[in-house]
Amino acid sequence: MTDPFPFSAIVGQDEMKLAMTLTAVDPSIGGVLVFGDRGTGKSTAVRALPALLPQLTAVTGCPVNSERVTDVPDWAKGAGKTTHRIGTPVVDLPLGASEDRVTGALDIEAALTRGEKAFQPGLLARANRGYLYIDEVNLLEDHIVDLLLDVAQSGENVVERDGLSIRHPARFVLVGSGNPEEGELRPQLLDRFGLSVEVASPKTVDDRVEVMKRRHAYESDHAAFMLRWQAEDAAIRERIVTAREALKKLKATDAVLQDIAELCLKLGADGLRGELTLLKAARAYAAYRNDTAIGRTHIRETATLALRHRLRRDPLDEAGSGARVARVLSDTLA
Amino acid sequence: MGNPALLRCQLALTLLAIAPFALGGACLRGRAGGARDIILRDLNAFPAPQHRLPPDASDARLFGGLDLAATLSSGTIAHSTGALANARTLILPMAERITPGLAGRLSGALDGGTFCVLALDEGVDDEALHPALADRLAFSLDLDEIRATAAQTLSLDSDSVADARTMFSRVTVQPDQILELATLTLSLGISSLRAPHFALTCARAHAAFFGRDHVTQDDMIAAVELTLAHRATQLPETDPPPPPPPDDEDETPPDETPESEDLDLPDDLLLEAVKAALPAGLLERLATGAARSAIGSGSGARTKSNRRGRPLPARPGRPDQGKRIDVISTLRAAAPWQKLRNKGDGPVRVWPSDIHIKHYEQTSDRLLIFTVDASGSAAIARLAEAKGAIELLLSEAYARRDHVALIAFRGTEADVLLPPTRSLVQTKRRLAALPGGGGTPLAHGLEAALTLSLTARGRGLTPTLVLLTDGRANIDRQGKVDRPQAATDAQTIARAIRGQGIDALVIDTGNRPEPALSSLSQTLNATYLPLPRADARRLSAAVSDALDQ
Repeated sequence: MTDPFPFSAIVGQDEMKLAMTLTAVDPSIGGVLVFGDRGTGKSTAVRALPALLPQLTAVTGCPVNSERVTDVPDWAKGAGKTTHRIGTPVVDLPLGASEDRVTGALDIEAALTRGEKAFQPGLLARANRGYLYIDEVNLLEDHIVDLLLDVAQSGENVVERDGLSIRHPARFVLVGSGNPEEGELRPQLLDRFGLSVEVASPKTVDDRVEVMKRRHAYESDHAAFMLRWQAEDAAIRERIVTAREALKKLKATDAVLQDIAELCLKLGADGLRGELTLLKAARAYAAYRNDTAIGRTHIRETATLALRHRLRRDPLDEAGSGARVARVLSDTLA
Repeated sequence: MGNPALLRCQLALTLLAIAPFALGGACLRGRAGGARDIILRDLNAFPAPQHRLPPDASDARLFGGLDLAATLSSGTIAHSTGALANARTLILPMAERITPGLAGRLSGALDGGTFCVLALDEGVDDEALHPALADRLAFSLDLDEIRATAAQTLSLDSDSVADARTMFSRVTVQPDQILELATLTLSLGISSLRAPHFALTCARAHAAFFGRDHVTQDDMIAAVELTLAHRATQLPETDPPPPPPPDDEDETPPDETPESEDLDLPDDLLLEAVKAALPAGLLERLATGAARSAIGSGSGARTKSNRRGRPLPARPGRPDQGKRIDVISTLRAAAPWQKLRNKGDGPVRVWPSDIHIKHYEQTSDRLLIFTVDASGSAAIARLAEAKGAIELLLSEAYARRDHVALIAFRGTEADVLLPPTRSLVQTKRRLAALPGGGGTPLAHGLEAALTLSLTARGRGLTPTLVLLTDGRANIDRQGKVDRPQAATDAQTIARAIRGQGIDALVIDTGNRPEPALSSLSQTLNATYLPLPRADARRLSAAVSDALDQ
């Protein structure tokens, strides 16, 4: 059981799968937050990402996965002069990780054995151009959250410690998952996630039967199962690659911008990040569907994802903010 | 033998030994000693190597890292391999003390399916294994019901386990058995999709153990008993089960009926099996619908502190604001550098970057939110008493570690007169001028209290609401004078407050006990105290007593 469960074989959870696909099409959307019950396929989806995502060109041995040899940071020892294809990095940030492990720190081994002052890159370096996954993100310690906020914003990791002064690019898609019953997420961090998804376990017998069947097949007939679903994954991968190209050609018309602005205004979303993210998400969705222009359908399908977590909280709203977005959506884009 | 708990335990452990990685593991709940020690004495049936992991295990211990002692003595870098790298069976003593962080990392590692976990949960009352980890373990066994003398008979036969293991991969299941499990978990309110899969795997292991190559009804019954009973959050209505979706009802009604009965029969058997295996006391809680507490982990009520509580791993920091230096960790951080820093001999040199600070985890401070009715003519007196009570409570706050806040509602609005504080001086100054008069916007007051509670909770406080009123709400949420609507609004917000699990205390200050208020306190799940003409001292005593219960 070395291969993780394939992305396309996850039953239902279309919203979560769509959100992850959109960030793959346009990584600048800025991450996905998945909140929901246990055992709904959150971690399964993330662990399936490396097999799904297209490969990257990177310099051999480069600690930050630079695309060109000229981009390799000067502190990086052992980076080659040639490039090769690597899978998109998906890096796990464990809850108890120390600051050193996240940002990188003085290379103890080099200091101890050779007396050299060298930089040992951390998780942020490894996640560059890829994904950074935080399970139980709502339980993350505050000082690590602060670090992430800054890096996620600037796309650059700055290390000023242990007599080191180093900066390197750290552009990654932040994927966080958690169970809302165990604690809230700080609003500052919430805002940094481009899209937000609420997952619930399937409530129909048919879906649950399908989940069990596929899981059973995955365990008992692994090779055949992987063969079947890897083909589906490959089809999604093709679409992502095509969509990335199409992205550049898609221009937003004034009418689309008007719609988006009106929607965000009516919802009272904090800040302007909602508008920008919604535009990017709608564009990525249009590209993924291979449409030639951004229209209201695209806004409608992505608005809940992009805006749900940016609303002021109403303690009496039991239906959740997703329903509020849907309501305003049907009013505005009637 | 003959003890059902013992049989259950024996069976669960056997099945776990047959399919250890697919079933994830078991949570063994019970005190140290007795049955637990007998089980742990003989684990030969479980895959080796077996590791025992302390609850405060560091990352290095788990995932490998720098071996400091070896590095220092040899002068070259030495790495240690983590327990997870080669362990196939992981034993976790004091599993209820595992931090969310460790539980998260273990859960992630468990998904890889390379080891199984025996979590020894010694928790009392609310303490329990972290839910993320518990969800990934197929079994939960209560060992307190098993006496040590009875447990002597408990043994796992390694040979038959090994035979069953080879059989396990060949065991087949029928599609309708998968359907049964899906229906059953849905009707028991088990949302996690791991549960039906565990049940299925468990049924296959059971079949393999009895030398069958297909899953029978007996296997299914045994499996649901072991894997689903402790996860149930509701019981389906005892009325005749709803018929399957009437897709082709019009075509052949006579044939439809017997067929649906055929479908229901095994399902009922399975349901009965689950019911029989439900943990004691759960049935009543399920019946009253009060099993909600079983869902949340309550980890939000814990917070980090630099001064007191349970120790957490030290981390680098500056020793200011009364933080305490962790000398051992600091020296440990400084140790590898000594060769570089003082070129030969000399005293140990500690640089500022080496300094590690102690951290503790404590249960959070409580915030008492006084929500006071400042309406009408009686307001002045009532507010004065509330002010007195707050000051009295605060003066003993150093011992009780309580923070207080005061919200007054009158006219058409509610004001936070005193934001959460522990400062007596600030309180006195803020409370000096307190306006009164106007209508009773109870809903506004409760809403302000709810908002404040949620904010406070975000800052790591545990809010408790104390409502002082005579309960005759007459202003609705829109600010209009409308008695029935005002009462309805108050009830709505009270439900929201209860939904957030905020503790509350309702003090009726009217001359006669007000029935509307006692029904409101029922909605809030609050203690109701009629205290007409209460003075500050009695008020503070009543609040203290109610809170200490």
